[in-house]
Amino acid sequence: MTESVIALNRFGLGARPGESDLRAPRQWLADQLDAFDPSPAALRNAPSRELLTGEIFDYRAEISELTRQRRERRRGERTSSEGNVDAQLMDTRRMANRSGRARHRELINARVRMALTTSTPFAERLVHFWTNHFAISVNGPELLRLGGLMEFDAIRPNVMGRFHDMLLAVTRDPAMLLYLNQARSIGPNSPFTQRGRGRRRREMGLNENLAREIMELHTLGVDGGYSQADVTEFARALTGWTIAGLVRAVPDRMFDTSVQPGGFGFAESLHEPGARRLMGRTYAQSGRAQAEAILADLAAHPSTARHLATKLARHFAGDEPPAALIDRLASAYRNSGGDLPAMYRVLIDAEECWVEAPLKFKTPWEWTISTFRALGERGAGQLTRRFVNEMGQPTWRPGSPAGFDDVADSWTGAAALASRVEIAQRVAEVSRDRIDARTLAPQLLGTMLSSRTARIIAGAESADQGLALLLVSPEFLRR
Amino acid sequence: MIDRRRFLRNGAAGAASLVFLPHIACAQAETDRRLVFIILRGAADALSMVAPTGDPQYETARRDFAGHSEGGARLDSFFTLHPALAETARLYASGDAAIFHAVASAYRDRSHFDGQNILETAGTTPYGLRDGWMNRLAGLLSGQQAEALALSSNMPMVLRGEAEASSYAPSRLPEPDVGLLSRVAMLYEGDEELHADWEQATETRELAGDVEGARRGEAATGELAARFLSDPEGPRIAAMEMGGWDTHRDQRRRLNRRFEALDAVLAALHSGLGPIWSNTLVIVATEFGRTVRPNGTQGSDHGTGSAALVLGGALRGGSVVADWPGLRPADLFEGRDLQPTRSLDRLFADLVADHFAIEPGLLRRTVFPAAGTTPVANGLIQT
Repeated sequence: MTESVIALNRFGLGARPGESDLRAPRQWLADQLDAFDPSPAALRNAPSRELLTGEIFDYRAEISELTRQRRERRRGERTSSEGNVDAQLMDTRRMANRSGRARHRELINARVRMALTTSTPFAERLVHFWTNHFAISVNGPELLRLGGLMEFDAIRPNVMGRFHDMLLAVTRDPAMLLYLNQARSIGPNSPFTQRGRGRRRREMGLNENLAREIMELHTLGVDGGYSQADVTEFARALTGWTIAGLVRAVPDRMFDTSVQPGGFGFAESLHEPGARRLMGRTYAQSGRAQAEAILADLAAHPSTARHLATKLARHFAGDEPPAALIDRLASAYRNSGGDLPAMYRVLIDAEECWVEAPLKFKTPWEWTISTFRALGERGAGQLTRRFVNEMGQPTWRPGSPAGFDDVADSWTGAAALASRVEIAQRVAEVSRDRIDARTLAPQLLGTMLSSRTARIIAGAESADQGLALLLVSPEFLRR
Repeated sequence: MIDRRRFLRNGAAGAASLVFLPHIACAQAETDRRLVFIILRGAADALSMVAPTGDPQYETARRDFAGHSEGGARLDSFFTLHPALAETARLYASGDAAIFHAVASAYRDRSHFDGQNILETAGTTPYGLRDGWMNRLAGLLSGQQAEALALSSNMPMVLRGEAEASSYAPSRLPEPDVGLLSRVAMLYEGDEELHADWEQATETRELAGDVEGARRGEAATGELAARFLSDPEGPRIAAMEMGGWDTHRDQRRRLNRRFEALDAVLAALHSGLGPIWSNTLVIVATEFGRTVRPNGTQGSDHGTGSAALVLGGALRGGSVVADWPGLRPADLFEGRDLQPTRSLDRLFADLVADHFAIEPGLLRRTVFPAAGTTPVANGLIQT
C-alpha cells in the first residue's frame, strides 16, 4: 500500500481517486518506460508547428513591410498621408504579442490535458523534468508560439531514448536557437562576414550564449571541467546552426531545398571555417558535423553523467540527494551509452526513492496538477495557468535558462503557503458538491494519511473547507 | 412521507405528473415577497447569540462564557442578545426580528458535512434528498420569471436541484475564512517547517488588517443581495453563506468578530432593501448547536439544539419563541447539548407558507418532508 502511494505521488503526478492500490507499484513504473506515448490524443488538438510558424512569417512580413514604408517616408519618397506608420507598427507588434499569448495558452492547455489524462504519469513527469532541464523562457510573438513546441517535438520523442538524441534535438530546436541567440551567431571569418565586411557588420557576430549554456546547464555542469576558451571554441563550431527564413540577415538561399522554412537549417556561409580545439580534443570536421561531434562528446562526458545523475536524484530522492544513488545513476548512464531508461530503472530500484517519509515539497506545478488529478479536470487548463502564475512558476517561463529550482526552499515560505491556502479554498469551492474530502483523502494518500490530518478534515466546518484542508495538508503538499 | 419530486422522477407513468401538475399550479402566485436564507456554516453557538441569562442555571452551566453576554440587549426577562448584534437588537425592538430558540433539524449527530446537508436539503438522513429545499420552493414559485440566486461563488446545496437558480459572487473572492485559517494552523501543529511558515503568514495577515477587510467584504455581499432583490424583475429568493462559526478555541474573540459581520450583513440588507424590506423575510440558521459547557481551550464543541434568527418587515417580531428545555445536566441532550424542543424544518415550513401564501400541507409534502406536526411559528407573518 505504501509503495503504491509513493509510486503514484512521488514518481507519478499524483493519485487519481481509486488508484491508490496498485498491485505491483515498481512494475507499474517500469511498464511506463515502454508504454509511454510521445504524441497522445491530448496533444493532437494543440496548434501545429505549421500553423504557428505560418503566423510568425505573416507577422514578420507585415513588420518588414511597415518598416520599409517608414524608411521610404523618412527618405522623403513617400508623403505622410498614409497614416502613422509608427502607430501601425506598434499595433502590429501588440496584436502579435496578444495572439501569441493566446497560442501559448492553448499549448499549455495541451500540456495540462496530457498531465491529467495520461496513463503513464511517471513518464509524463520525466517530460516535465527534461523540459525544465533544457529550460527556455518564452516571451514575444515568436517564442510564445514556439516555446511549448520544443517540449512536444524535441523532449517528448526522446524521453525514452538516449540523452544524446535529446540534446541534439533540443540544440536544433527553433525555440532554443532563438532563445539563446544562436540563430544570429555568425563566424567572424565566415564567408558571409568576409563578403559583407565593412557593409553590414552591425551587431552580427559570434554569440556564445547557447554554447555556454549547453556546457554549463545541459551537459557538463558548471564545474564540469571546461574553460572560457572551450566555450568560445564551441560557439565557433556552432556557427551556421540557425533557423531557415526567420533571421533577417540570413537569406533563404543559404539553405538547401530540404530545409523547412521556420525549421532548423545549417547555413554553411555563416560557419566559422577551420578545426576547433576544445577540452583537449581537435574537431577537424567541416560544416554542421563539427558541432555534432562536439555534442556527442559532451553527451558522453563523465561530468555530464554526474550532472544529470545529480539532478535526477534530487528530483526523486530529495533536495540533498544521497551520493550513492548519484553514483549508481551516473554509472548506469555511462555503461549504457547515455540511455535514459537505464537511469530511470536505477531510480525505480533505488531504496533511496522509496523512503516512506515525504522527500520533496511539491512545486506549484506539481501541486496544481496533483490537485486536478485528484478532483477532476473541469476547467483545469485555465485554472492551472492562473494558479502556477500566482505561485511564481509560470509554465515555460522560468525567466532563466537554468529553469525552475527543484528544491523546497524556492517554493516554501509564509507568502507561498498563504497563497496555496487561498487557492485551495477557491478550488474547493468549485468542487465541493462532487467530492467528499473524508473519502477522497485516504484514496489519495492511503497509509500516508496521518490520523491528525484525517481528523481535522473530518472536523471541517463545511465540505469545501474539508477539501481545502486536504489540499494544503502536509501530506498533500509533499510527495 | 411522500416526496413529490422523487415520485415524479421515478414515476414510470407520465400520466402521474399530469395529475400532479395542476395541483402545483394552484400554488403558483406572482409574489412580491422576498426570502433570504443565511446559512451560518460551522455550527454557530446559539447560547452566545441569544443567551438565556434568566435561566437560574445559566452561570453554572456556561461557566467562563456566562460573561460573554454582558452589554448585550435584553430581549425579554429571560434572553439577552450578543453585544455585537447591535443593529439586530434595534430591528428586534421595532418588531422586525424574532428568535426561535432550542430548535434543530432532523439531524442528531455531530458532523458539519452531514448536518449542513440536512439543513439544506431538509431531509431526514444525510444525502437522502438530492435537491435543496429552496430549490424545491423555487419550483413552487415558478410563476416567477426570475431565478433563485445564491450570493456565492458556487451553488450551495440549498439551491441545487431542477429549478433554475444562479449564483453570483463579488469578483474579488473573499480571504480564506477564519475557520479555515485556524484549522490550517491545527494541521501544521506537528510539522515544524509548515508551522513556522504558517505562523508568519497569519501574523502578516493580522498586521495587514485583512480580517477587517474580509468583514467589510461580507457586509458588501449583503448590500449586493439587497440590490439584486430590489430589482422588480430580479430574484425573489436568495441564499447566502457565512463561515467561521466552528469555535473550538478562543470563542469569545472569534464570535465577537463573526457576530459583528453577521450584524453588518443584516444591517446592509435592511437598509439596502428600503421599501422592499416590508415584503422580506430573512432566516438565519446553522446546522446544529454547540456544547453548553466551555471546553478546555476557551471554545465549545459540536452540539445539538440551536437557534434561528428571523427578520423582516413582514414579521410580527419582537419576541423570543422557545419551549425552553433548561440547562440542568439532566435537561441536556446526551448530558452536554441544548435539548432541541422545536423542529427547525417546521419553523421554515410555517414561515415560508405564511410568507408566500402557499397551502401549508402542500409545502410540507413537497419542500419540508421532515417538518414535525407541531406548529412552531403560526401567524407571525403579516399576510
